[in-house]
Amino acid sequence: MIKVNNLHKKFEDLTVLDGIDEHIEQGEVVVVIGPSGSGKSTFLRCLNLLETATEGEIYVDDELITSPKVNVNRVRQKMGMVFQQFNLFPHLTIMDNITLAPVLLKKMTKEQAVKRGQELLERVNLGEKANAYPAQLSGGQKQRVAIARALAMDPEIMLFDEPTSALDPEMVGEVLDVMKDLAKSGMTMVIVTHEMGFAREVASRVLFIDQGVVMESGTPEEVFGNPKNERTKNFLSKVL
Amino acid sequence: MAEFSDLFYKCFIKEDRYKLLLSGIGVTIKVSLLAIVIGILIGMLIAMCNLSRKRGLRLLGGIYTDVIRGTPSVTQLMIIYFVIFASVQLDKWIIAAIAFGVNSGAYVSEIIRAGILSIDKGQTEAGRSLGLNAFQTMSRIVIPQAVKNIFPALCNEFIVLIKETAIVGYVGLMDIQKAGDFIKSATFIAFMPLIGTAVIYYVLIKILTLVLKQIENRLRRADAH
Repeated sequence: MIKVNNLHKKFEDLTVLDGIDEHIEQGEVVVVIGPSGSGKSTFLRCLNLLETATEGEIYVDDELITSPKVNVNRVRQKMGMVFQQFNLFPHLTIMDNITLAPVLLKKMTKEQAVKRGQELLERVNLGEKANAYPAQLSGGQKQRVAIARALAMDPEIMLFDEPTSALDPEMVGEVLDVMKDLAKSGMTMVIVTHEMGFAREVASRVLFIDQGVVMESGTPEEVFGNPKNERTKNFLSKVL
Repeated sequence: MAEFSDLFYKCFIKEDRYKLLLSGIGVTIKVSLLAIVIGILIGMLIAMCNLSRKRGLRLLGGIYTDVIRGTPSVTQLMIIYFVIFASVQLDKWIIAAIAFGVNSGAYVSEIIRAGILSIDKGQTEAGRSLGLNAFQTMSRIVIPQAVKNIFPALCNEFIVLIKETAIVGYVGLMDIQKAGDFIKSATFIAFMPLIGTAVIYYVLIKILTLVLKQIENRLRRADAH
């Protein structure tokens, strides 16, 4: 579903991604771990073109999305993104946050979008918050709305950029639960996170990225249970 | 006291001089209103240029702001009136409004630019990640939020603009200032007409300030969920 070949990303002189090759199959839940500044968020942001790759190719459904000719907006409609800082639209109600894109991009009529929006809110256990504004919600609730908002576009792939890093500890669980449900439903997901317990439980594959390259990749049992790379061992010994 | 009412009579009542001031108020208001509209339109355009990814547009916006800020508004008014519109048949007040709008546009563009930049980059990223294009993201997500931040600075600019129009006498328009000046020349009395002029401007701006304050409060209330 996603094919990444020799992906490089440089900011000025700083090399953040230094040649990443990765295939992500449909239905996989790939959890990306690694130290701060290792390039894991940049990798995710390259996938939906929030960052432009300096070198290398990314294919989504066999379409070369790193081509300058690609319709960026159409590519992004296939990929939902959830941010560390939620990035809900504070001037819109929860329902309007969710329905804005599907209606504006003519995927649905307003009525269909509201109906779908309500279903999605029920799914993230926020059915009663449709008419609230983001400022009235807790961090965990905001992030669940952000997930519902991304799902409203019926994406094929969901990208999560440290979705629980800005949350108070007691709210992490409710967001992870929603993500677990999503994984069970068969959604293809790429998740950058520091939640190792979650990675172990939900990931179909774990990627360890450091210094802009994939140092190790495997099932959670392999990576957590029997890491082969020295850096992986070192990292895991610090975080576990 | 008798002297005061005598002065008042000579300056404002005698020969219906108050009518001069009343029509002056009309001129000031219509020039200001049209100039504000033109200023906002030009301001949005130049702000878009300044925020554009195209270097040519940024350069254009930069030159515009630079030139307008670097020259006195009287000079701009006279150039636009006597040079650019010299052979164009348009009402004087419209030409004057264009001149003030052109001037105000430069300042409004900076206000708008700052307002847009004040919105977190994550808002744009969230919009774009949902598949909205740059224009949709700007018009539906960034600008509605920026308006609240921009509003107070914009009100200030309107007030500056109204006071700035006191120079339209230079191109032969009879606004409040010019009317006061005219009365001063006709009566050889300086105190009364000039203080009168000041009071009229003050009251006009006071009314405008109160109205804008109301609107701002409403914007804030809508924001206080």
